[in-house]
Amino acid sequence: MKSLVEQKVLALNGDEAVAYAAKQADVDVVAAYPITPQTIIVERFSEYVANGEVETAFICTESEHSALTACLAASLTGARTFTASASAGLALMHEMLFVTSGCRAPVVMAIANRALSAPINIHGDQSDTMAQRDSGWIQIYAENAQEVYDSVIQAFRIAEHPDVLLPVMVCLDGFQLSHSVENVNVFPDEIVKKFVEVRRFPKVLTHEGKLALLKLDPENPMTMGPLAFPNYYFEFKRQQEEAMKNALEVIRQVHDEYARISGRNYGDGLLDYYYLEDAEIAAVCLGSTAGTVKTVVDELRAEGVKAGLLRIRTLRPLPFEGIQKALENVKAIAVMDRSMSFGGYGGAVFHEVRHALYDYDKHPFTVNYIYGLGGRDTSPMQIREIYRDLQEILEKNRVETPIRYVGLRE
Amino acid sequence: MTSQEKGWKEISIAAVCWKPSTEFLTGDWKTYKPVRDLEKCTRCLLCVIFCPDGAIHWKSDKGDIEFDYSFCKGCGICANECPVKAIEMKLE
Ligand code: SF4
Ligand code: SF4
Repeated sequence: MKSLVEQKVLALNGDEAVAYAAKQADVDVVAAYPITPQTIIVERFSEYVANGEVETAFICTESEHSALTACLAASLTGARTFTASASAGLALMHEMLFVTSGCRAPVVMAIANRALSAPINIHGDQSDTMAQRDSGWIQIYAENAQEVYDSVIQAFRIAEHPDVLLPVMVCLDGFQLSHSVENVNVFPDEIVKKFVEVRRFPKVLTHEGKLALLKLDPENPMTMGPLAFPNYYFEFKRQQEEAMKNALEVIRQVHDEYARISGRNYGDGLLDYYYLEDAEIAAVCLGSTAGTVKTVVDELRAEGVKAGLLRIRTLRPLPFEGIQKALENVKAIAVMDRSMSFGGYGGAVFHEVRHALYDYDKHPFTVNYIYGLGGRDTSPMQIREIYRDLQEILEKNRVETPIRYVGLRE
Repeated sequence: MTSQEKGWKEISIAAVCWKPSTEFLTGDWKTYKPVRDLEKCTRCLLCVIFCPDGAIHWKSDKGDIEFDYSFCKGCGICANECPVKAIEMKLE
């Protein structure tokens, strides 16, 4: 694909790519609290503020709970709002994650994925965001710093779309992406500004009987997210589910429109397909690991092995039908989880992929690989072993160990 | 639940209230009711300011205050704050 506009190449790590994208997206309010490996994002952004490169109101809060609360409030007044967090910081936001999605505030948040304590570990895995899958936020997982940049820009359009109005997390693997410098193509500022547009608001009926734009405005007073009794609470939750369903289409549209301008695409924006058309064995994973897996798939293909990869870019909303379709003809599947669901019989991604395959007549062998916890490296050799296991499963026509751990000492 | 309650497609998103709070009577929450001793009361209006529900009104035509029991939740704050202890909380 060819780009429609001239882009310049900058050497940025993933965190810097986030900050650069947020700067170009014309954000009105940033409220944040630093935490490794996200710190560089807010550091860079505060430099933009200090240098007068942005007009953003930057609020240093005393905790992540307060940071997200401030973002929520700012977003409800109609401001474009951004924050970033990771690990314990995201865990501390837990309560406000639900309030933000329930108030339909389109806050965008970058998460530099990091393990959760105890024991303390500052390195990468996806336990933090996996634990927040049910908080009503859209979750996009990026593979490299370029995709991080592109996804943050897209996130504002997705979140603020009147058919969606949901907050979005853009997830980047801690250190592998947050701290590794890559070449990143960036747009001129005006292209991004044009792409993200100005925020649009749907009309809602207020207590004064008026139809008013959904934002806090003294001219049109309204109350958002107050007490709802058992006779109404349920209906509001159903609305959020509908917004998630709408998001599937909006994410695809925004991704395609962006791809036409940038010349870069990530599958269909929901799922990234790699040699799946005729694959007999395939891995399913999220995030930066896909880069390693693709290299291994290339090697295996060169050796004549029909290997493929499905990278789930959007985990929430789950592209349920897309997963079924993508894995339609695959005979053995290895689902990779970079977090644990303790006592849950496999990891979260495993549950979701198997769930998607259940309705489907052909039941391929589906096994789970837990890997990379607390920042442990996963090598191309280990990925090769996973594909080797899948070949063995096909040869024996049975699964001996459904849940396996990559690189774990016994 | 009654048939007049609306479905999820009809109601405003973000749980925006489509009725003013004056239509939600909260007075039946109370167990204790504030009763004022008209003799003791100095009309200082402190209770008007302290009532978290705006359930005590200053009636300028009468030159007196009035409790709106359809919104008073019986929290007792007015009784606690009254400097001359003119309000007594009585079991309803
Ligand atoms: S605070 Fe007491 S004295 Fe003052 S107006 Fe109220 S009841 Fe009367
Ligand atoms: S009891 Fe509470 S709610 Fe009722 S009038 Fe006194 S302060 Fe207001």
